[in-house]
Amino acid sequence: MAESIASLNNLLVLCLAFVSGFIIMSIELLGGRILAPYFGSSIFVWGSIITVFMLSLSLGYLCGGKLSLRNPSLKLHGSFFVLAAFLLIPLILFGNQIMEALFLVIEDPRYGSLIVSMLLFFLPTAVLGMIAPYSVRLLVIDSNHSGHVAGTLYFVSTMGSALGTLATSFYLVLWFEVNQILITMGLTLFFSGMLAIYSNKTFHARKATLDISK
Amino acid sequence: MNIKRRFKIKSTAQDSMKYWFSSIALFIFASFVVLPNSQAQRGIREIHQERSLYRNIIVTEDSTRRCLRFTITRRTGQNQSCRFLENPEKLVFPYAKMTLSSLLVQDNPQRILIIGLGGGTLPEVYHTLFPEAEIIISEIDEAVLNVAENFFDFEQTDKIKVDIGDGRVYVKRAALRNENFDLVIIDAFNGEYIPEHLMTQEFLEEIKQLLPENGMLVSNTFSTSRLYDAESQTYQNVFGEIINMRMNNTGNRIIIASRQALPDLKTLNRRAANWRNRLEVFDMDVTDYPRFMSKEIDWNTDERPLTDQYSPANLLNN
Repeated sequence: MAESIASLNNLLVLCLAFVSGFIIMSIELLGGRILAPYFGSSIFVWGSIITVFMLSLSLGYLCGGKLSLRNPSLKLHGSFFVLAAFLLIPLILFGNQIMEALFLVIEDPRYGSLIVSMLLFFLPTAVLGMIAPYSVRLLVIDSNHSGHVAGTLYFVSTMGSALGTLATSFYLVLWFEVNQILITMGLTLFFSGMLAIYSNKTFHARKATLDISK
Repeated sequence: MNIKRRFKIKSTAQDSMKYWFSSIALFIFASFVVLPNSQAQRGIREIHQERSLYRNIIVTEDSTRRCLRFTITRRTGQNQSCRFLENPEKLVFPYAKMTLSSLLVQDNPQRILIIGLGGGTLPEVYHTLFPEAEIIISEIDEAVLNVAENFFDFEQTDKIKVDIGDGRVYVKRAALRNENFDLVIIDAFNGEYIPEHLMTQEFLEEIKQLLPENGMLVSNTFSTSRLYDAESQTYQNVFGEIINMRMNNTGNRIIIASRQALPDLKTLNRRAANWRNRLEVFDMDVTDYPRFMSKEIDWNTDERPLTDQYSPANLLNN
């Protein structure tokens, strides 16, 4: 019983990693579309967006790893998703106002697009970046297998990213408006997070069983 | 038996490898020798090539004309701009003549904004016709400007100025400065890639802000695919009524929109008669053009208009 719950939880962590990978790249791709009306589609606009995503992910990895040191739980793991969902709200609701304001203040479209990308994408992406290292901690039981676990996790989340890029650029933008896609992403993050928080109890049950068996 | 079978398999594999090698070799031979030769038969020489941040820029020349193209695939490459070597004032492309015929809708522009430089044909034509007019060109790619200056005799003067940057950004800033343009020409689309943010309702609204009461927008765009419907719907939403111009033997179409009511065919014909002599130098008889100018809604009005939120122009163009 405890075994099957444990593997169910592992499956959940992997699925969530897939979801976060998918959403990160989907948002990055939409970033170009979101900025274009104010800053154009010059090469430096893409440069700004990619820089900000890389920067926020790297800091997210650092924080996520740090946070995993103490009392790792599905509860905190899930709350990253919920937090990321809430951090998407300014982008959806006030994105245009923020870009308008910066467009008026900063004449140079290079720094305009860089600062806007920071304001719009830094926080949600950094929080999404915390998920990967934290997931490794949740999945690793035995340090001998840590590389294997990390590899599997990167595989799943990067597959999610690949699919997120493809789905968004080939189909989602053809079927939906940018904000419809973002809202769907936000809701997906929110419910994924709630699912993880709900599963927290069973995670503790699993940990207890493992402790006993040791 | 087993060994023989293995050997046989190996030899088949070798055969198929040979087949592939020879096909590849043939392909390489064809692309290096045969294709340029077919160009050489027509006397087309490549006189300049450069890679910019956005594209490859190639300048070709044959015995009669010099052309600018944006693609490396030579056979399918579409010329963006061409100029006759002997009579450079004559226009090569129908789309340039169609654009010029928009003068029948609104003449005598004194401030002109052109989005997309190409070989610099349109700015020079308008400068010839209206030497006093101020012409500003917004071009995203500095390399295109260099090529226009070095190979197409394009020159910046106090009347013709080029702003390097994204057209959308230029229009937004110009609107903030309360600038006016009597004529805005969008010539930023080529067959390979469409800047999607230059096709949306919001962008057209921004251009509309630049137009005085009698100002006019002329857009060189696409005549086929679902994009035709979506684009027509977008222009109609912003301007109410548009003149749609399509001619046989060209994939181009010209959209003419204005804040004012658009003239009827009778008026267009009358004006064409007046303009005929002045435009003859460009190798066109403008009296042929009014009959291609239609206000009729000939597109699928159910297609979603393009907005900043929904603008899959490149996907719709497939």
